[in-house]
Amino acid sequence: MLEKQSNVKAWLYLAPAMLLLSVFTFYPLFNAFFLAFLRDYEFLLGSARGFTFLGNFINVINKPDFGIAMKNTAVITFVSVPIAVIVALMISVALNSIKKFQGFLQTVFFLPYVTNAIAIGMAFAFIFHSDYGLLNTMLGWVGIDPINWINLRQAGNADTSWIRAMFALLVYTIWGGLAFKIMVFLSGLQSIDKQYYDAARIDATPKRRVFSKITVPLLSPMIAYITITSFIGAFKAYRTIIGMFGESLRPPGALSKDSLITIVGLVYDSLAHADATGAISEAAAASIILFLIILAFTLIQMQVSKRRVHF
Amino acid sequence: MDIKLQKVTKIFQAKDKSETVAVNALDVVIPSGKLIGLLGPSGCGKSTTLYMIAGLLEPNEGRIFFGDEDVTDLPPEERGIGLVFQNYALYPHMTVRQNIMFPLENIKVPKQEALSRAQEMADLVGIGELMDRKPKQLSGGQQQRVAIARALVKQPRVLLLDEPLSNLDARLRLQTREEIKRIQRETGITTVFVTHDQEEAMSISDQIVLMDFGVKQQVGEPQFVYDKPINLFVAKFLGTPPINLFAGEIVKNKLLLADGKKYRTETQAPEHQEDLTEDAIRAMTHEVKVPICNVEIMDKKAPDGDVVIGIRPEGFVVDEKGPLELEIFMVETIGRDTSLVVKDPFDDNKSYRIIIDSSYRVKAGDKVKFSFKPDKMFVFDKTSGDVL
Repeated sequence: MLEKQSNVKAWLYLAPAMLLLSVFTFYPLFNAFFLAFLRDYEFLLGSARGFTFLGNFINVINKPDFGIAMKNTAVITFVSVPIAVIVALMISVALNSIKKFQGFLQTVFFLPYVTNAIAIGMAFAFIFHSDYGLLNTMLGWVGIDPINWINLRQAGNADTSWIRAMFALLVYTIWGGLAFKIMVFLSGLQSIDKQYYDAARIDATPKRRVFSKITVPLLSPMIAYITITSFIGAFKAYRTIIGMFGESLRPPGALSKDSLITIVGLVYDSLAHADATGAISEAAAASIILFLIILAFTLIQMQVSKRRVHF
Repeated sequence: MDIKLQKVTKIFQAKDKSETVAVNALDVVIPSGKLIGLLGPSGCGKSTTLYMIAGLLEPNEGRIFFGDEDVTDLPPEERGIGLVFQNYALYPHMTVRQNIMFPLENIKVPKQEALSRAQEMADLVGIGELMDRKPKQLSGGQQQRVAIARALVKQPRVLLLDEPLSNLDARLRLQTREEIKRIQRETGITTVFVTHDQEEAMSISDQIVLMDFGVKQQVGEPQFVYDKPINLFVAKFLGTPPINLFAGEIVKNKLLLADGKKYRTETQAPEHQEDLTEDAIRAMTHEVKVPICNVEIMDKKAPDGDVVIGIRPEGFVVDEKGPLELEIFMVETIGRDTSLVVKDPFDDNKSYRIIIDSSYRVKAGDKVKFSFKPDKMFVFDKTSGDVL
């Protein structure tokens, strides 16, 4: 009896959250699956001509931007995440080992987290500006000619290549993601018992081995958490590109093959043409493709972390 | 190899610049190949001393010698010590074997040799069959043996143990302390261990170093320190049940004891009256009972004055002609002997404990006369606490 009563109470407490989640998360989720299989869905009329199994998916894959989006997403994910995790780990270990200014530096490194991504994107767009940019100015001090990172020096000169724009984007992505990672790693490091380090010191453990044999394994739950969530976040990259390049998703004047569009960019692209026949279904199909990629990848990671993570 | 501490002082500075002297000019020689217990109440500086020997803390003053070698400025890894931490600090992600081999891998011992040495050490401490377990899968006692094996495997010159038994339950504690003694004997390594438990220290140490407030109180074999305490602190700290303390007085080379039956009343006014109003002084002035030392115990050659008399529980003898009569409040029969609880007639919160031979039949409410065994009775100066 008592148990039953507490069960009712528990459901009651959960009800408001469940209600909101149902309306704004679960319904759209299932609806997306539904929409992805409709043939010639007209958003404005709400009509469709029956179902199609793979039609919308094939349409997405056949889009000229699809290959570019896949490539961009893959590059952003597999370059930025490992670098960001490693850099964040290094900074956290360094921060954790200093005593003076620790609080101050912690705040400095955490600032990007509370700053709007679009604002940071604009700041980075300025840093990488070919004529006035900080980076080119600094390169000028050491005698390197200005590099055309993300915008054209002369109108009509379309020599901004994908690789330079991507470089700038990656720098921005990595930097923007550091704050949260550092915070999580730092709190993880601070919860490691200092006696492990004292024990290691007494046993004459070289610094490198302390890091690889003690710090990393003891931090591995945090590292796994950060890695998995960062990969998921990177697969969904879009905001950063908007922040840096604006709605065109490419440096001004660049060719469409040099676009920095991602899979989420593809989804938004379809949504922007919602009035076209089947556009919404294509957006839904693109998001499901992304979902499947993320799902597969996360499952692999969880399998790996089972062997590598010490809880 | 013996360990010498010369005038070692450690001062901790808090954030507000206030200083705490954790260890004060400590002079100790720890003889080679012995098991030494650093004993004292919490916060007496014993762990600090251990960590200074280990090199994890740096003394503000003084030198530390291992044999003839001055190790004061050597980092811990160059001192050749093994340290067992209070909570063992076993690496949770490594197996027992990996934990024990870790120090050997650091100094690049070949794999085969490291494996056999780890196994040898594990067998010595009696965990040879648990090599593939993780620390979490072990009991507290087993974890501690792993920690000892890890500390010993690199053949250190000194083994240091920080409160080695405090995380174990009572039965395991008894067993483990014998184990520590055995391992120490078999390896012959100079061992220093820290404890606040006097029974633990007394039972396995070759010598104990008793500390209080960072100052060395007494050093010696446990029985000797128990039998001949040099001051009130040592007498109070050692022994369960603790020593019984009576107010006493020396008058013309006679030792008098207050049994609490006679007292005079005195008005006691607060100190530092200059800061107080007259009303406050009146409110704070109260009557106190001051014991009169009315029982003559024995001759004692010492200058006249107030003293504290300490009598060990086993120092009482039932004796019809004895000088001290006490009313028994409670009788606890243990079998081997009988423990009596006697209320201090003065102070209800205070009681004395007396252990007598079980052949005496005593019951609560009885009035019993006692005399004392002179070697179980100590007289301390009331102000300095030194034995007279």
